[in-house]
Amino acid sequence: MIAPEILTGGFSEPVFQSQAVFRQVLDAFARPGRVVAMPSVVTAPSPLFTPTAAFLCTFADEATPVHFEAGLAGGAAAAWVTFHTGAPLAERPDLAQFAIVTDPLALPDLETFALGTQEYPDRSTTIVIQVESLFGGDRFRLEGPGIDGAAEASPAPTPRNFLPALARNRMLFPRGVDLVLAAPDAILALPRSTRVTALRGA
Amino acid sequence: MTIRDESPAADEKRSPYNFAYLDEQTKRMIRRAILKAVAIPGYQVPFASREMPMPYGWGTGGVQVTAAIIGPDDVLKVIDQGADDTTNAVSIRGFFAKTAGVATTTRTTEATIIQTRHRIPEAPLSEDQIIVFQVPIPEPLRFLEPRETETRTMHGLEEYGLVHVKLYEDIARHGHIATTYAYPVKVEGRYVMDPSPIPKFDNPKMDNSPALQLFGAGREKRIYAIPPYSSVKSLDFEDHPFEVQRFEAPCALCAATGVYLDEVILDDRGGRMFVCSDTDNCEQRREAGHTGTAAGIGGESQ
Repeated sequence: MIAPEILTGGFSEPVFQSQAVFRQVLDAFARPGRVVAMPSVVTAPSPLFTPTAAFLCTFADEATPVHFEAGLAGGAAAAWVTFHTGAPLAERPDLAQFAIVTDPLALPDLETFALGTQEYPDRSTTIVIQVESLFGGDRFRLEGPGIDGAAEASPAPTPRNFLPALARNRMLFPRGVDLVLAAPDAILALPRSTRVTALRGA
Repeated sequence: MTIRDESPAADEKRSPYNFAYLDEQTKRMIRRAILKAVAIPGYQVPFASREMPMPYGWGTGGVQVTAAIIGPDDVLKVIDQGADDTTNAVSIRGFFAKTAGVATTTRTTEATIIQTRHRIPEAPLSEDQIIVFQVPIPEPLRFLEPRETETRTMHGLEEYGLVHVKLYEDIARHGHIATTYAYPVKVEGRYVMDPSPIPKFDNPKMDNSPALQLFGAGREKRIYAIPPYSSVKSLDFEDHPFEVQRFEAPCALCAATGVYLDEVILDDRGGRMFVCSDTDNCEQRREAGHTGTAAGIGGESQ
């Protein structure tokens, strides 16, 4: 018996809502660190936030394996994603095109995901990490393409081992993973091209 | 169950195509490619380019990128060699007006998406704009190394010596770098990229641009991008620095200087004039009262 919450809550206007979500995500990727509001167009079972679910509905389909962290894989959230996008579940993170991490304090090592190859760096995982808020946590300085000078990010809580993990990820460039930090109503993107350092003093 | 409105009025309104022509699965695939392209500036992301209702070489790559990003609130401008009124530009504008019902414009400043073939508008672009380039051959190393497997490895290893040899051969043969369009650039100090066949005059506009720049090559099935505020450096040598074209006379219609000019042949006795390639820029200037030496169209040039 399938719970009704799994069958409902997808896009009501798939063509226009996915376009609207895409443009917000594109804006976030083009301007790392910018907090971009996400339209409240889908409702997914806990613990998926609306932006996470909207992201998957926009980008995932049968061609893109999605990886869920251990506690999530057999649950209603994963079933909702499978039903609404048709995306297969990736058991191994290094085979996933998208990965969902709802517990930032248990963020796995980024090297366990697909990093792409030197010839095809695009064959890598995009990881959506859910955080309580995009403000108020430890402050980080962002530099790189898409940023005029420098930008700032302060996700709360700070994902596990955040700074060293991002520094290693940047060293792999052009290989590496791209991160999306998702709060309950907005996202912020940290593509692999962004250089992240600690910001001392408030 | 959805009940379709079968009245004649609804039938007339309903387009036989999905919004912006492409099906949703194709758009998703292109959107994923665009995200990767933005994350890896200058890297050519392979994508499953579709057959479009126009021949290759007419902007099938640019059209697919535009179709994947455009929404009902966008205002679209399409230029071909700077002009809004050439066949290619008019057809593509008409295509999206028909399949997406979006507003179109010729004014650079009013557009949210600008699709272009071989030019960047003279008016500076803003943060709220996306410029989509039509690209015939995305691989800057292709004429130096025909094998895709080799050029991929060269990009992977950041092995770009050949491009410099090509530019050096220009200097050896002509005394200066004779490449005038599709002049190779290095993006964010990593990937060498073909800026599409824009005149090298436009190369400096790509550097540190506030607008997002997307590139689509339909036949070659590649998408690449330059995020806003990225470093885009035209390749050169210390003793032969990169230079753009200069024009001796201003635009014959609007007297603009410091813009890219097209040569127009006027008769069979050597008569010619140079006019703005960017038709919108030229019109705006003439409306503002600027007049050039040949403003009375059809007049002989000096």
